[in-house]
Amino acid sequence: MGLAKRIIPCLDVKDGRVVKGVQFLDIRDAGDPVEVAKRYDLQGADEITFLDITASSDDRETMVHVVEAVASQVFIPLTVGGGIRTVEDVRRMLNAGADKVSINTAAINNPEFVQQASDLFGSQCIVVAIDAKKVSAEGEPNRWEIFTHGGRNPTGIDAIEWSKKMQDFGAGELLVTSMDRDGTKIGFDNDLTCHIADAVNIPVIASGGVGKLQDLVDGIQQGHAQAVLAASIFHFGEHTIQEAKQAMQDQGIEVRL
Amino acid sequence: MALKQVVVIDYGMGNLRSVAKAAEHVADSQTRILVTQNPQDVADADAIIFPGQGAAKACMQALQNTGMIDPIKQAAKTKPFLGICMGLQVLMSHSEENNGIDCLDVIPGNVIRFDETANPDLKIPHMGWNQIQQTQSHPLWHKIEDQSRFYFVHSYYIQPKLKTEITGLTHYATDFASAVAQDQLFAIQAHPEKSADAGLQLFKNFLNWNGA
Repeated sequence: MGLAKRIIPCLDVKDGRVVKGVQFLDIRDAGDPVEVAKRYDLQGADEITFLDITASSDDRETMVHVVEAVASQVFIPLTVGGGIRTVEDVRRMLNAGADKVSINTAAINNPEFVQQASDLFGSQCIVVAIDAKKVSAEGEPNRWEIFTHGGRNPTGIDAIEWSKKMQDFGAGELLVTSMDRDGTKIGFDNDLTCHIADAVNIPVIASGGVGKLQDLVDGIQQGHAQAVLAASIFHFGEHTIQEAKQAMQDQGIEVRL
Repeated sequence: MALKQVVVIDYGMGNLRSVAKAAEHVADSQTRILVTQNPQDVADADAIIFPGQGAAKACMQALQNTGMIDPIKQAAKTKPFLGICMGLQVLMSHSEENNGIDCLDVIPGNVIRFDETANPDLKIPHMGWNQIQQTQSHPLWHKIEDQSRFYFVHSYYIQPKLKTEITGLTHYATDFASAVAQDQLFAIQAHPEKSADAGLQLFKNFLNWNGA
């Protein structure tokens, strides 16, 4: 017995509302971040991640209020990602009640920002999001590259090297998303996850591609991840987090039930 | 009946909002939760919550700068006192973080890092939900099941000199002391404010505790 593997539902938030349709049988308003977060907490979510997909930076203030409202009523760890670009952005989210912020594009544009944020607030609250795509051809040794803008723009940066660099710069955790798998529902790219997880000694969250409960199990067992993140599989009421944890436990994975 | 004033000590190290909100969530109408930077409030309080985040050296520096060291040492010996995470670690005598730093010395013992050389596969920080084995009964464990899971985030852990002061053990590469008690003081390595029902129950127990 010891540390449990974590399940993290991820919610897209736009203009203060949860979007991409979250459905629960017994609540009326599934777009309210507080209601959705409470429901996931009740189901046994180990953490909740909010991704702010608001287009304009003027609306970021709305996200601060969302975090404040959720953190006053839901007592599990909260991570906020999307548009975190400056030390001030990090400070505002942490002060609002977020436990961690997830840094993506800003880390690529300015890796020192990760170091700065980690020095100021501690590495425990700095998650670096790694969006990677396989770039090796069939038959070649696997190679993944960091992409930005939802997988459209290549950066030329090797994903494994980048992960190690982010650890050295003070990241406390890595959120690894396969842009090949994101939205496909055919499972994580476990090769990618495990290459990164084995190369660093900070925790790794697997993300991108979950379509069924077995995918979550595989992310832990084959991907060597410490946590698995998923969105649609939970949002559309296909499965509860409890069911996911039961499936993991049935296959010998330690979870918080 | 007079209001019970519970003070959350704010010395500029990390966000205390979650701690205050969790305590407020379970507080009765006769209890007031006050987040304060004022040492006098600590002296006047009925009970103290001492959280903390970040590195040991920065925490000790911040305590020094805010004039909190003496009021905290005093309160830790006289009032119901709850240390959380870094608030536990700086109660010890010494931490090996930041090349070594003397701490408040309320609880004899040291703070050391998880041994990554002996355990090359170990992920640090120890982050996530782990179990606390209740090695002694204590009023703060009331209605919390033994081996309940709490949320942890830390890279260093405490080694109390007196094993009799250990009230909880957690396993991560090694069995480490995750909760300690000394008279009217209780301190925990995990974050009860982020530990769902078990954590809220611990706050409730603390608010109901007279220190005996």
